[in-house]
Amino acid sequence: MSVNSTQQITWFMACTTADVPENGGVCVKYQEDQIALFNFSRRGEWYATQNLCPHRQQMAISRGMIGSQGGEPKVACPFHKKTFSLEDGRCLSGDDTCSLKVYPVKVEGNHVYIGISDDEALSEVLA
Amino acid sequence: MRIVVIGNGMVGYKFCEKLTAKLPAGAADVVVFGEEIHPAYDRVHLSEFFSGKNAADLCLAGTSWYGEKGIALHLGDPVQRIDLVNKTVHSYKGLAVPFDYLVLATGSAAFVPPIPGVEKEGVFLYRTIEDLEMMTAYAPKARRAAVIGGGLLGLEAAKALLDLGIADTHVIEFAPRLMPRQIDEAGSDMLKDRLQQLGLTIHTNKNTVAITGEECINGMQFADHSVLDVDMLVISAGIKPRDELAAHAGLQTGPRGGIVVNDKLQTSHPFVFAIGECALHNDFIYGLVAPGYEMAEVVATNLAGGDKSFTGFDMSTKLKLIGVDVASFGAPFIGPGQGRTLVWQDTIKGVYKRINTTPDGKYLLGGILVGDAAEYNMLLQTVKNKVVLPPDASEVLLGARGGQHSGAGSGVASLPDDALICSCEGITKGAIAGLVQEGCETLDGIKKSCKAGTGCGGCVPMVKDIIEDTLKAQGKLLRKMVCEHFAYSRQELYDLIKMKKLYSYDEVLDELGKGDGCEVCKPLVSSVLASLWNDLVLAKGNDTAQDSNDRFLANIQKGGTYSVVPRIPGGEITPDKLMVIASVAKKYNLYTKITGGQRIDMFGAHVSDLPLIWEELVAAGFESGHAYGKALRTVKSCVGSTWCRFGLHDSVSFAIKVEERYRGLRAPHKFKSAVSGCIRECAEAQSKDFGIIATEKGWNLYVCGNGGSKPQHALLLAADLDSETCIKYIDRFLMFYIKTADPLTRTATWLNKMEGGIDYLRNVVVHDSLGMAEAFEAEMQQLVNNYKCEWKEVVDSPELRKRFNHFVNAPGEKDPQVQFDGMRDQKRAREWK
Ligand code: SRM
Ligand SMILES: Cc1cc2nc3c(=O)[nH]c(=O)nc-3n(C[C@H](O)[C@H](O)[C@H](O)COP(=O)(O)OP(=O)(O)OC[C@H]3O[C@@H](n4cnc5c(N)ncnc54)[C@H](O)[C@@H]3O)c2cc1C
Ligand code: SF4
Ligand code: FES
Repeated sequence: MSVNSTQQITWFMACTTADVPENGGVCVKYQEDQIALFNFSRRGEWYATQNLCPHRQQMAISRGMIGSQGGEPKVACPFHKKTFSLEDGRCLSGDDTCSLKVYPVKVEGNHVYIGISDDEALSEVLA
Repeated sequence: MRIVVIGNGMVGYKFCEKLTAKLPAGAADVVVFGEEIHPAYDRVHLSEFFSGKNAADLCLAGTSWYGEKGIALHLGDPVQRIDLVNKTVHSYKGLAVPFDYLVLATGSAAFVPPIPGVEKEGVFLYRTIEDLEMMTAYAPKARRAAVIGGGLLGLEAAKALLDLGIADTHVIEFAPRLMPRQIDEAGSDMLKDRLQQLGLTIHTNKNTVAITGEECINGMQFADHSVLDVDMLVISAGIKPRDELAAHAGLQTGPRGGIVVNDKLQTSHPFVFAIGECALHNDFIYGLVAPGYEMAEVVATNLAGGDKSFTGFDMSTKLKLIGVDVASFGAPFIGPGQGRTLVWQDTIKGVYKRINTTPDGKYLLGGILVGDAAEYNMLLQTVKNKVVLPPDASEVLLGARGGQHSGAGSGVASLPDDALICSCEGITKGAIAGLVQEGCETLDGIKKSCKAGTGCGGCVPMVKDIIEDTLKAQGKLLRKMVCEHFAYSRQELYDLIKMKKLYSYDEVLDELGKGDGCEVCKPLVSSVLASLWNDLVLAKGNDTAQDSNDRFLANIQKGGTYSVVPRIPGGEITPDKLMVIASVAKKYNLYTKITGGQRIDMFGAHVSDLPLIWEELVAAGFESGHAYGKALRTVKSCVGSTWCRFGLHDSVSFAIKVEERYRGLRAPHKFKSAVSGCIRECAEAQSKDFGIIATEKGWNLYVCGNGGSKPQHALLLAADLDSETCIKYIDRFLMFYIKTADPLTRTATWLNKMEGGIDYLRNVVVHDSLGMAEAFEAEMQQLVNNYKCEWKEVVDSPELRKRFNHFVNAPGEKDPQVQFDGMRDQKRAREWK
């Protein structure tokens, strides 16, 4: 079976562009999950990650400050300032045991969509 | 070839690191046994456990590292027997592992003197993470504690007890002086004074003969028949090498312990080596990490086919953490005829320095520093590299009289390239400078590429100086840069932002920085903007550049809820207002507590409830307490002359006046104040950033005090001031602080770093030596005029209120993950994992 990778993604309408502060984040409710969505207006980019900080299991990533480290976009958890790459979710503060899951984001008109891969969406429905 | 290592402590780990770096992959099969359950951790910085570090922070390399290097690591499985005939070790869990070479790195244990009662509950050792965890668990029960042993480790343990909240801590030393191996009597006396100021009680010449109590310790008895009631004791009377395993296997050990080794670190059995604190070399046990690392280097090199020998090591040390600098280097004690000794002493500042030179005064042999060890690294290098002393040797202690002495930076420059800077890792000045030239220009970068500064950390200031010097030599401009996005110091940024009249973070980044900013520069710039203009911190464009707490105008708590702290100026509150607090807390189910700052904190508010809660509070006349900001916190007051029979003036009214003047003022760090109505000082003004105490003639103004982890008493800035002058001086003092302090520096630390100290500060504030007094006062007045309650502004703005929602696509809905437990008729945050 050969499926094109874009076909595996379900796009979920999260909010409008105006709902997310410039250079800041919000938390999006997706089914029983929480996703942190960032409007990195300085770079003209959008990012999404899990909202749960893996360090102390806190639902807080969306309240973190975003920025860059050597050109790589990142977010700092408000609790203990561990930083994570917004591109691939890996921890940038030297803790390779924890990382964030990242999601694709697309903007159409003034709507922001977060991409959930189908098998993931399915497994959540089945769970 | 199979190499078995017994002991996964600092030296055992270093051996693994060095061996695997020297051998090609797969050349040796390395098996490590460790008795502790943690992989090797930084024992040297063990005490940082009390300043918030945990086992993971102290860990030298995670278990995955051993996996990557192909090392089999057995933790929590001590070796119980070495069979030298069959060259096999047998472990507690029953493993039998044959070896070609065996490396013993079993370290040492705390030496426990045979005092009756040492087995009682409440008696602790200070060596492992477990020891510290047990101390932490026990400490809340203890009111008074003692440490047996006034050496390096004993004093560290004593500081740990203070950090654990036991204010009444005693140090019991058997010898006539503290740190007898490192410092002389005059140095010890000075140290004793300083430690007593920190709150420790020091007993020398005291021999403990018994520990009393039923099951738990309740006291100590001494040879001089005196007694001391204590309910917690830490024994730190020296170390005892862990040679039991070696001795049992028939390896030669010393009469006072230690596994005997030669210059190749071979034991009496040629295929068995001993390194670190268990090894007895030339009748000497090296109780420090750097010599242990050198031993690891020697054995690793030889096993990899090289040829190295261990020929002794320098025992210079610097005491960390205690809040008093103490260092001893080279030969700290010399007898008559061996050379000349120069002593310098300042009993007011509590500083004692001694250096020993060769008889001709040409070379430095060693010395002792108490109270100020800033020159430690330089002096140590001067000894090690046989740098010729200036004709007047006192210059190395006191700096050249001409006044053009340019500090440590020029000192590093005078060292030869082969000067050993990091003795733990054996890194020379030339190697560090080389890395800097190749583009490795930060301390972190240097640590990563050559590990310099990662051992005891004592060389870090020198490494920084070398980086700076090398960069300077390359013609690179040097500043204390904020972060990778701003090539300026905070003070420079402050001046530039003011000059260029920039009002938002993005403008500042566009004009003065590069990249996209980060969690370091965003709050810093936001704080400077707030200090300069006092605009609403949540104004558009500035909101997301605020530290998380400022962005939500509340402190985030465990679990993600927030706390609500209304301002209660001076601690004065009417019954009606109390009722408003009570009803709000009840309505939104908040945990309430009287704070240490004389006001009331309500915890556990959902982010979406914050505007609703504040709407009610604001309507009742409350304002933000700025408990979340780097801003004025509280001005505490005692009841003062309106009720108190001793009160000289109305301290409550003055405290309210002061609090209302500076409320909302943003600064490099938070700041606090208090006003006492007389010298009995019930408001504890002398522990505040600025404190005011009534006198017969007016007010005494104290500045730069601090509670917190490093308490420091405030110093008298000016005496007998009238109210108006007092406020003027505070205006000037605060503006000067706001303009010049480094980020996140409280006033006490700011003063400690200020050249000229309190005298200089007094000249600026009282005698207007900079000619800035008027400008300071005018700027402060401007900020005072611009003050608005930020919570009121949020409550009144639908646009801002929208930001206080957990879910952007389900406004008002609460985070289902937030959970509480019940406790004493209120709630508490569920413990995090
Ligand atoms: C609530 C309170 C404890 C209490 O229940 O009594 C408290 C609670 C916190 N303190 Fe404190 N401190 C409280 C009085 C104090 C005091 C006593 C005082 O102010 O008289 C001190 C010592 C005095 C001093 O600061 O010099 C104090 C020294 C600290 C420090 C150490 C500062 C230092 O210079 O070492 C920190 C850490 C920091 O600020 O970086 C801290 C930080 C904190 C934080 C903000 C930690 C955090 O980031 O989450 C706590 C959050 C509270 C919250 O969520 O609302 N707190 N804290 C007190 C609030 C007073 C108030 O009404 O505003
Ligand atoms: C609080 C404190 C502060 C210190 N401060 C400094 C300082 O400022 N500067 C400095 O240079 N030094 C300092 N030291 C000393 C430094 O920590 C030691 O020199 C260093 O840890 C020695 O390393 P090591 O590997 O020889 O021993 P250790 O680190 O003690 O490691 C030995 C390990 O071997 C294990 N072991 C023992 N027997 C067996 C067995 N049979 N089987 C398996 N495992 C076994 C032990 O459990 C231990 O984990 C300090 C020590 C302490 C406790
Ligand atoms: S309230 Fe203050 S002292 Fe208490 S735990 Fe929090 S920071 Fe520490
Ligand atoms: S909870 Fe996120 S860094 Fe600790």
